[in-house]
Amino acid sequence: MSLIYPRESAAIHPANASPEYKSTLKRAPSQPLVMLPHSLSETTGPVFGHADVSELDSDLTRRHEGEPIGERIIVTGRVLDEDGRPVPKTLVEIWQANSTGRYVHVRDQHPAPLDPNFTGAGRALTDSDGRYRFVTIKPGAYPWGNHHNAWRPAHIHFSLFGPSFLSRVITQMYFPGDPLFRYDPIFQSITDENARARLVSRFDIEATEPQWALAYQFDIVLRGRNATPTEEPHEH
Amino acid sequence: MSTDRPSGSEEARLTPSQTIGPFFAYALTPRAYGGAELATGAMAGDGVPGERIRVAGVVLDGDGAVVTDAMLEFWQADAQGRFHATGNAGFTGFGRVETTTEGGYSIETIRPGALPGSDGAMQAPHLTVSVFARGVLTRLMTRIYFSDEPANQTDPVLALVPAERRDTLIARRGEDGVFRLDIRLQGAGETVFFEA
Ligand SMILES: [Fe+2]
Repeated sequence: MSLIYPRESAAIHPANASPEYKSTLKRAPSQPLVMLPHSLSETTGPVFGHADVSELDSDLTRRHEGEPIGERIIVTGRVLDEDGRPVPKTLVEIWQANSTGRYVHVRDQHPAPLDPNFTGAGRALTDSDGRYRFVTIKPGAYPWGNHHNAWRPAHIHFSLFGPSFLSRVITQMYFPGDPLFRYDPIFQSITDENARARLVSRFDIEATEPQWALAYQFDIVLRGRNATPTEEPHEH
Repeated sequence: MSTDRPSGSEEARLTPSQTIGPFFAYALTPRAYGGAELATGAMAGDGVPGERIRVAGVVLDGDGAVVTDAMLEFWQADAQGRFHATGNAGFTGFGRVETTTEGGYSIETIRPGALPGSDGAMQAPHLTVSVFARGVLTRLMTRIYFSDEPANQTDPVLALVPAERRDTLIARRGEDGVFRLDIRLQGAGETVFFEA
């Protein structure tokens, strides 16, 4: 199936010049973007498979000797294209802070404890229905230097490829009802309220496992539509 | 009954981008953390046909300060101008690197071939590049062309770029054979970024 990539829908992405988020001030381009026609260089992209991802990669709680501290959660959802069709066999990479809000990264200076049983990196391939599933620990909120008393709402970073260079996206998944949303310039850099809401996962009682873990559902829609849409079936 | 969801329904609206942040390396470029890397800057195995090239540079911000927490991804055709994706014969065309503590990047690959553009006109050999970094909310897209390619003169994409800015997309070959191109996110000599 060949896909087309309408440009209009991409307008919901945050503007790089979002001055409330201070790191953008010297990093956002000041010149206008140049419109690039879509050639094979853009409509193709890398393909990953089972050689790149093992079963264990999607369970972030079983990478070390012991179990990590924190609230065990299941994060599951579907990866879809703009027609709502599943994107099968596509790579999903995630990374996150531990339950105290501390990253394993060497430059993270937040004085909260590291957990020897938690790294916080995972990978999965979507199934034929576009579905992925991770088991992890609910990440903690963490402070950062953007402004006085700045705290990031708890989040999990997501990286996806989809079928081409054009469908590639990196984003963050948030948790429902976080009181920090209104103070977070990264979340608020998405100016459309409905688009922001799409980054907030939904508590999922169906996927929650009794005596074991709460589940959150996070569906992801990547760029791409069917180039030759089939006619809507009519009922006569 | 169709199982397709109606187009324009909420669930078929795009998921917006967010910054990669400063702390991605242990997941996406995890060599220093002992993790298995999906892709690196060594893009072509020994047996891959084509001219071996090295492309290197520095990522700079609007003050000319080096950007030490960017991730660059590269996508390219093979020497015949064909895309492989699945990585048969040691070549996927995909590379991924984190900038160094000096803001540097470096990849080793094969020189891509020319390939058709969107309107049928041939495109000069190039790499397609994604720039992710703290402070970059939506991925920046750019290209790297090569200074010794006569086909640059007729490339349909370079033709869309104001003449005085084209040099920001063209890596120059040094005496050491390395193609060099710095990526300037903002300000004087700002790299051309695309909307695609
Ligand atoms: Fe983060």
